[in-house]
Amino acid sequence: MAEIKRHDNRLGLWGWLGGGRWGIERYAYILHRLTGLGILLYFLMHVVVTSLRARGIYLWVEGGVFHQPMFKFGEFLVFAAFAYHALNGVRLVLVELGLAVGKPIEPVYPYKTSLGVQRPLLIAMMILAAILLAAGGYNFLSLAK
Amino acid sequence: MPAEINFHVTRYNPECDQAPYVKTYRVPVREGMTVLDGLHYIKDNLDSSLAWRYSCRMGVCGSCGMLLNGRATLACNTQILHIATTDLTVGPLPNFDIIRDLVPDLLTMFEKHVAVKPYIVRADEAELDDPAGEFYQSPEELGAYLQFTYCIKCGCCMAACPTLATDARYSGPMPLAAAQRYNADTRDDGRRARNQLTGSSHGAFRCHYAGECSRVCPKGVDPAKAIQYLKRQLVLDYLHLARRKKPCAKMHGPGQGKPLANITPAPAKTV
Repeated sequence: MAEIKRHDNRLGLWGWLGGGRWGIERYAYILHRLTGLGILLYFLMHVVVTSLRARGIYLWVEGGVFHQPMFKFGEFLVFAAFAYHALNGVRLVLVELGLAVGKPIEPVYPYKTSLGVQRPLLIAMMILAAILLAAGGYNFLSLAK
Repeated sequence: MPAEINFHVTRYNPECDQAPYVKTYRVPVREGMTVLDGLHYIKDNLDSSLAWRYSCRMGVCGSCGMLLNGRATLACNTQILHIATTDLTVGPLPNFDIIRDLVPDLLTMFEKHVAVKPYIVRADEAELDDPAGEFYQSPEELGAYLQFTYCIKCGCCMAACPTLATDARYSGPMPLAAAQRYNADTRDDGRRARNQLTGSSHGAFRCHYAGECSRVCPKGVDPAKAIQYLKRQLVLDYLHLARRKKPCAKMHGPGQGKPLANITPAPAKTV
């Protein structure tokens, strides 16, 4: 039998970022991945910068590169990513242990899903993340003065 | 109400096209008209070469899964005027290869489905092949997996899953929900065999609860919920905290059961 030619329609990274009629959990998923990658990038930079000390280069001393406003803002972004990733991670641990998704139900139209069951937990975690961001932002601003 | 809707349909003919492209058709619509009706209008009146897959026209067979205005759903139970006012994009389900136009190649999904052993696994195989009795299962035990039995294998959840978009080897929502359906069945004893696959690096723990599978499921199966149950059981099994339960026992042979006193006997056979 002749092989049928097919077109690869896998979305790739566009599947994370591309447009669609999505729900809030999908955006939480994307932000969780992006913040995770951001924290990983920060960790790698951190290793490089601290290892430069072996060559006598101290980038973090008073008046050094890392005291520029751009890097201060970058530090705040790392803090924001950490706060979101940690709190959303707590939600995911609870959900993935089946503790916040409810019990199986008879699917009767209009269908209800576990997304609605865990939504209050998501909202609570986002409120906590917002409080942490506000407190962290105030702290960063007061240190910058 | 608009008299006509622009259908922006993805076209692809493997014999002459290098890549898919979008062709627009103007379709007159009336209230209650489904996207499937619109595609039939195009095929009958505008372009007979358009290909898609469908069968039952009533949301039962799961053949007509498509991407409608960016959302994976069934064309037969989606009314045009519920999702479009002037324009409607109609594309094949993503994360599957396109065979032609709106026809996805679902083979990868079915291969992953077969891999999770979506059937009752028991030591007494002879009983399964040649049943000589009934297994006892209470309504509560049935309720633990009934929701996950309504899956029609349309592939909408697989198309909506962002993890599957970047990891082709990920089992995906449909096969994992099927695994949970059988794991939760008290007649089954195949959970530990399924754990080899569902607990692998491309198994249940690749799911991070984006929830799109549950949101797009046209039958309310809630695959995301099933996958979370699967993960909990995998953790318990890994930590040796799961209770070892034998699958439910056979009660009696056909016709050997004792009827309840308050049930009216069946009428006598007439043939």
